[in-house]
Amino acid sequence: MQEIPGDLKFLKSHEWARIEDDGTIRVGISDHAQALLGDLVYVELPNVGDDVEAGKACAVVESVKAASDVYAPVSGEIVEVNSDLADKPETINEDAYGDGWLFAIKPGTASQGEMDELLDPNDYSELIENEDH
Amino acid sequence: MTQTTPLNATHRALGARMVDFGGWDMPINYGSQIDEHHQVRRDAGMFDVSHMTVVDLRGARVREFLRRLLANSVDKLGKPGKALYTCMLNEQGGVIDDLIVYFIDDAFFRLVVNAATRDKDVAWITRHADGFGVEVSVRDDLAIIAVQGPNARERVHGLLDADTRARAGRLARFSSIQTTDGLFIARTGYTGEDGYEIVLPATIAVAFWQRLLDAGVKPVGLGARDTLRLEAGMNLYGQDMDESTTPLESGLGWTVSFDPARDFIGRGALEAQQAAGVPRRLVGLVLDEKGVLRHDQVVLSAAGEGRVLSGSFSPTLGKSIALARVPADASGGLRVDIRGRELPVRVLQPPFVREGKAQPGV
Repeated sequence: MQEIPGDLKFLKSHEWARIEDDGTIRVGISDHAQALLGDLVYVELPNVGDDVEAGKACAVVESVKAASDVYAPVSGEIVEVNSDLADKPETINEDAYGDGWLFAIKPGTASQGEMDELLDPNDYSELIENEDH
Repeated sequence: MTQTTPLNATHRALGARMVDFGGWDMPINYGSQIDEHHQVRRDAGMFDVSHMTVVDLRGARVREFLRRLLANSVDKLGKPGKALYTCMLNEQGGVIDDLIVYFIDDAFFRLVVNAATRDKDVAWITRHADGFGVEVSVRDDLAIIAVQGPNARERVHGLLDADTRARAGRLARFSSIQTTDGLFIARTGYTGEDGYEIVLPATIAVAFWQRLLDAGVKPVGLGARDTLRLEAGMNLYGQDMDESTTPLESGLGWTVSFDPARDFIGRGALEAQQAAGVPRRLVGLVLDEKGVLRHDQVVLSAAGEGRVLSGSFSPTLGKSIALARVPADASGGLRVDIRGRELPVRVLQPPFVREGKAQPGV
């Protein structure tokens, strides 16, 4: 299992969020989530310009085994999507916290409160450890 | 309570991701499911399928009993060792299970039935066996390892003594041999590749598995087993057919033998359905657009709605394929509803892939 970078925040539903230098929030699924899903074969991303709402599904990742919704960690506008995943969805399996990112959100006004609601890496690690039992 | 096969600890030691599979703790994959799939298509892989049930039938009237019990005709089995794929039907023509029957000698036939249907199968078989004086024994003392792929037979041959190797080398498809050291080797499988299904004493399963590993055969989980059988156009019981569907609406008409004067269970219902017109049929679907066909998605056609039965991503083809049940007269212009989007699909006759190759038109 890949080590969890310290600058990430998590949803219980296994999405990670990272605040970038320009203030946008980059989103992906956790290494634990990709391991559970197995080989990813298809990713359905939102469109740039879409408004997304915290806690609502806005993307889908599909593995050989299953399709899984991806929830937005914060509300805002989609400003970038990882279009490389269209041809190489397995990048998520290989590098969930790096090149396997899904989309970036320009956060709305409520985003600080929304970010505070997310789990830090320690809490998330604890969550997935308990899940495994 | 969860059941385990004799290889459970071996799977865990190999790093398998274990899941509950019809009450059995089984390996879904050991690493990448797609790599395991390709391993079987390109070289050789092995599966622990010891959760499946071996049922031995003995008695002077065993063939007569099987003529009644099974929808395919055991009279096709002329030479000892020959095998046959068949459905076992209820009186309504619904499929209780699909299975392989092996003819061993005139007083001994072997069935291999599914894991999840074990209890009802054994109850049904026993109930009907009584009238024929056939003894039914469930062989919990046996394990099953399937070795599949273009190089599978060769790898197995390397583990056999000279005499057994020669006999195995001469085996026709859908035939089996027994060896003096307790192996039952059948040239059958559930992947669309050549290979063997080997029934062996549970006590030697771990050692035999290890010898296969040492011979370069890689372990493959039930995840890849599912994509392999789907590409090969092979039905999965409980998903593609069950007691509420007949073989005729499940793409299994070819396994039903309406030979004259054989009164198999369910025959009357199937003939009535044929006379009235079979309302639905099983077809193969290919999705050329991005997306994945999944169980229970709705298939739309001018003739009415159908359902995806088994759907997945096909590692060999690089796109999604499915088996679906649709109205009998649904033809062109089929679409599948994937999360509210209607995507066009092509209809074709399975299989999609055989012996490593995409079939024409896929």
